[in-house]
Amino acid sequence: MITAATNTTLDVATGKIVFGGEAINNFTKLVQSEPLLQDMTNSFVYSTVLTILCLAICSLAGYGFELYHDKGKDRLFGILLLAMMIPGVATMIPLFKIVSAGHLLNTVWAFILPTISTPFMIMMFRQNSRNFPVDIMEAARLDGLSEFKIFYKMYMPVMKSTYAAAAVITFMNAWNAYMWPKVVMTDPKAQTMPMLIANLAAGYTIDYGVLMMGVLFCSIPTMIIFFVLQKQFTEGITGSVK
Amino acid sequence: MLAGSLISLKEEQILEKKKKGSTLLAKQKRAGWGFVIPATAFIMVMSFWPMIEALLTSFKTGSSASMKWANPLTFNYTRMLQDKLFQTSMGNTFLYLIIEVPIMLVLAILLAQLLNNRDLKFRGLFRTLVFLPCATSLVSYSLIFKSLFATQGLINTIFVNLGIFTENYNFLGNPGSARVVIILALIWRWTGYNMVFYLAGLQNIQYSVYEAAKIDGASGWKTFWHITVPLLKPVIIMTFIMSINGTLQLFDESVNLTKGGPANSTITMSHYIFNNSFGQGVANFGYASAMSFVVFILVAVLALINLKVGDTRD
Repeated sequence: MITAATNTTLDVATGKIVFGGEAINNFTKLVQSEPLLQDMTNSFVYSTVLTILCLAICSLAGYGFELYHDKGKDRLFGILLLAMMIPGVATMIPLFKIVSAGHLLNTVWAFILPTISTPFMIMMFRQNSRNFPVDIMEAARLDGLSEFKIFYKMYMPVMKSTYAAAAVITFMNAWNAYMWPKVVMTDPKAQTMPMLIANLAAGYTIDYGVLMMGVLFCSIPTMIIFFVLQKQFTEGITGSVK
Repeated sequence: MLAGSLISLKEEQILEKKKKGSTLLAKQKRAGWGFVIPATAFIMVMSFWPMIEALLTSFKTGSSASMKWANPLTFNYTRMLQDKLFQTSMGNTFLYLIIEVPIMLVLAILLAQLLNNRDLKFRGLFRTLVFLPCATSLVSYSLIFKSLFATQGLINTIFVNLGIFTENYNFLGNPGSARVVIILALIWRWTGYNMVFYLAGLQNIQYSVYEAAKIDGASGWKTFWHITVPLLKPVIIMTFIMSINGTLQLFDESVNLTKGGPANSTITMSHYIFNNSFGQGVANFGYASAMSFVVFILVAVLALINLKVGDTRD
């Protein structure tokens, strides 16, 4: 805890001590040397699209697996969990082939497809759904609500904190993803923030002031999201380990 | 006669009711499958299918355009046995795994215990501070550590000023210390993440259990060992599997912190596989696939052992 606290402050402190009043200078240098705005937008768009789609698909599945469970679905879920153990590097080459065969390189689809549905997220929603009152569903059915409407009108509002936690995790992972974007987003116009920062550090002489400015920009969005959703985040996680 | 028709009428009604009920049930069943199918389809296409293809590719040689079956089929696998660099990368990965994961998880669980204490002031603030590293991107924090441990970096400056070192030490230029830096960085980045899961688990343990233990005169350590750890077991296993999985696939840190160097002495398996498939010049998909399959098997075996050891319920 103390290490974490001091480390972050120390990082900030070194930036301040060494580079003092250079903040604006560093910022202009950063904007001039790298397409900061473009990459921020890219990262933001990709991560947001991924988060929304991933939450929609995985929550639907988690809901289905828990509240409509039967032998077949339980078995299927067991198989899906196996996918959790498949390492990213192992599937990277075939995935790259799929994406390039579909002419999706450098598009948002290339970025989101591999992680649009993850066993971890499905599991999280499935675990959390245990607390969902089943009686409500019966009542809703008697009132003539369709199955999808029950999900949309009743499940989603009740599970707000789970959605928040899942959103934080998915967005952070998407925003911070490095290996996969590095493979499929080869066009400089499509590059993301982590790639920009890696570029900043790739030269022989690294301007640490500019680098830290980039790091700062790269960290701000995830931190904002975390702070905004912090309370729901802890609640959502609590539900998932029950 | 009348009675008979009455009965049959009743039966018909019951039958009709049953029929109606079963169609409703069938409808529900169909809806349930409809809910799970999109996610399942994506996982099948994006995880299982590539895995099968990787397995097939691992038996082939040549570059992407002109792949042909290897002769003998296991060529790529036997090649690993002679590949010194692959063995180094495997050794490194396991070194990180064996040293980093236990330290991190113990630290995380202790921190969680500490932060779960109701008498602690500013709990929220501390929790946020511990989790904060997880909000920084992997690339960013790797680079922050790189600058901290650079020859002219902050750590060196502090140590020299304190008189611990007589001259600046090149942390990232020596295999041993570079590995230590990677491990330190990993601990810093991931402890908070695991702590969140423990904290959540702890919140499910009734506070009265602790109070009862206190009344019975159990020491803090005893309470921790006999109450907290057993009750947290499912969470511990989950974090353990996640950590093993993450460490075996370590990539960003190796690339950004040390570039695998000096002289490939800190390279991880994922990094080496990446270099073989998308790295400098030659794209050796067959060999890379074979290596990634080995990673998959390692992860699966370790996770299964974990589940078996941890699964005490019957």
